[in-house]
Amino acid sequence: MKTLLFLLEKEFRQVFRDKAILRMLFIMPVIQLVVLPMAANYEVKDVSVTVVDHDHSDFSRHLIRSIGASGYFKLNRLSHSFQNAAIDFNHDEADIVLEIPNGFERKLIRENKAGLFVAVNAINGAKANLGAAYLQTEIMRFNKQILVEHLGIPEENLNQGLNLEHRNWYNQGMNYRMFMVPGILGILLTMVGTFLTALNIVREKEAGTIEQINVTPIKKHIFIIGKLLPFWAMGLVVLGLGLLVARVVYGIVPVGSLFTLFAYSGIFLLAMLGLGLLISTLSKTQQQAMLLAFFLMMIFILMGGLYTSIDSMPGWAKTMTAFNPVRYLIEVMRMVVLKGSTFQDILPQFWKTVGFAILFIVWAVFSYQKRA
Amino acid sequence: MKQFLIFVKKEFLHIWRDKRTLFILFGMPITQIMLFGFALSNEVKNAKIGIWDQAGNQASKQIIAKLDASRYFDLVKLIHSNQEVNASLRSSEVNAVLVIPASTSQQKINGLAKMQFIADASDPNTATTLKNYALSILSPEFQPETGSPSIQTSVRMFFNPQLKGAFNFVPGVMAMILLLVSTMMTSISIVREKELGTMELMLVSPLKPILVIIAKAVPYFFLSMVNVISILVLSVWALDLPIRGNLFLLLSESMLFTITALCLGLLISTITASQQIAMLISLVGMFLPTLMLSGFMFPIENLPPPLKVVSNIVPAKWYFLIVKNVMIKGSGFVDVWKETAILGLMTLAFLGITVKKFKIRLA
Repeated sequence: MKTLLFLLEKEFRQVFRDKAILRMLFIMPVIQLVVLPMAANYEVKDVSVTVVDHDHSDFSRHLIRSIGASGYFKLNRLSHSFQNAAIDFNHDEADIVLEIPNGFERKLIRENKAGLFVAVNAINGAKANLGAAYLQTEIMRFNKQILVEHLGIPEENLNQGLNLEHRNWYNQGMNYRMFMVPGILGILLTMVGTFLTALNIVREKEAGTIEQINVTPIKKHIFIIGKLLPFWAMGLVVLGLGLLVARVVYGIVPVGSLFTLFAYSGIFLLAMLGLGLLISTLSKTQQQAMLLAFFLMMIFILMGGLYTSIDSMPGWAKTMTAFNPVRYLIEVMRMVVLKGSTFQDILPQFWKTVGFAILFIVWAVFSYQKRA
Repeated sequence: MKQFLIFVKKEFLHIWRDKRTLFILFGMPITQIMLFGFALSNEVKNAKIGIWDQAGNQASKQIIAKLDASRYFDLVKLIHSNQEVNASLRSSEVNAVLVIPASTSQQKINGLAKMQFIADASDPNTATTLKNYALSILSPEFQPETGSPSIQTSVRMFFNPQLKGAFNFVPGVMAMILLLVSTMMTSISIVREKELGTMELMLVSPLKPILVIIAKAVPYFFLSMVNVISILVLSVWALDLPIRGNLFLLLSESMLFTITALCLGLLISTITASQQIAMLISLVGMFLPTLMLSGFMFPIENLPPPLKVVSNIVPAKWYFLIVKNVMIKGSGFVDVWKETAILGLMTLAFLGITVKKFKIRLA
């Protein structure tokens, strides 16, 4: 116990002496937490449309006007031919090209049927899908308007179509930040913790100072715990700071209890710091450690369910995410901060994370050799 | 020149001897492109939906079958009470609940069907998308009667007819890996020499000091090019991505981007003294901004105006645009010269600041 205290004193001193790192450690996450959530907006709006109007009729002008007025679309320009309009795809100026064929109005009145052609830039599949759906809704609305205004069919007689009343639970305002802020905070926490610990032991190896520790009677597990605790404490401070920022800047107050949040995050941090130390004991140089940590972190973060939904992954990938600690963190953050889930609710995630923590820390202790 | 080449050779040997780093360096892009290329997509598929069928008749059965058959929804639960709606949303057992009121069939005849769609909006992206999917799947069931004039819209998806996620994610992940790996590796390997004290040795060599550190970046240029090629090969062979534009143009642009990243690495190395700080800047500082502001995760045009401005200084944004245009749309140099010029200017700026800040004496 006494050895541990001495070790802790050494580690804390080391950390506090390097003011540059300390400053970065707190400032960098805070700045990113303030700025980045603003970017997180999957809402598809201002879909830019280039229109090719071959018809030049009242109807086609009416249609173009109502698309422009709908609020979802930004009319880019009118073009004379489809080839010409398709150039806008190449310059990223149009997301959609709408082609109104010659005789659109005439056909609609005489033959009861007229076609429109819509071309969508589908590189970003989600955006393409939604943009096309919005446009189709708008065209359907226009269709109805035509029936009422131009053909004098009374509105009551028309089929009203589907009325899908939607409710958004847990986040009525559809505020993306409510969802992203806790997630981004979690990821920043993960990165800072893992990257710093990954460098920690290997740094002493590179500098040669590890030899001095190795010749002392300090036990392996005491050494690892001594490395772990200072970063753990700092991680919790960063978390508290982050929650404060979330509250001040974004007005996000966790619905669930702070205790649950900290209890889970504490365990999660242990797991990630353990992983960092494991990487550190396995590496020979800081460069190696960094590369490995970056590799794992990129997979953890991109497959964590914050940026893309885990449900839409193929089966094998879904199975893989079961071994991704960051996934559980994102789940818990969302559950506790937004839905007010209790400790009882997050127990499954909690136990899995405890498992990760034990695995990584024990593995780190075993892989640390007191020989050079 | 000869001295410079000798230094480059030395750096190559350094890297070549560290087999483990080399292994991760080459293995990383391959694993990640395969993993992300197949697993990630912005689309929402197989969302878990619960249905509370209060009608229990032919019409409602038809609706349920239609939803379940679509690739977007998986019917996981039939719900029978308000409490159940509550509980299953809260435990994340379902992403959304559709309530079909008892009067549905009757109302369909009258042309007015009112259903309720309750979504778990703690993930607003999924919630909005699901609502729109439900609307577009169910709307045809409630079309106006035939006979009145109706417009038929035919939609064609260009460039990516199957709406694969890889078309968007491969260029993005490629930009991320190239930028972060190059920046991190150069900055850390130079600062390492400073930390170990071996930098002094190199600086007293007859080679011009600035060339000493540039020589450190050269091997990483070649390693990155190997990665670019392996990523492209995998994208075409495994992920069925097209290379519609000029391959030579694509490779040249990748070279330019790698050089930009390496120069950024050089810059970081000249202003830092420890590997820890170099890592903090190049990874913790750049990871999320690159991920979120380069346009592949969140379309640039959706960003709020101040962030749109900020996104301009993210090198990966420009490279992502170039790759997307050249590789998938088949654009030529005339379409991407602006992006290319910006990357070129960034490179010059990074290099200029590096030369200016570079100190021959360490202490």
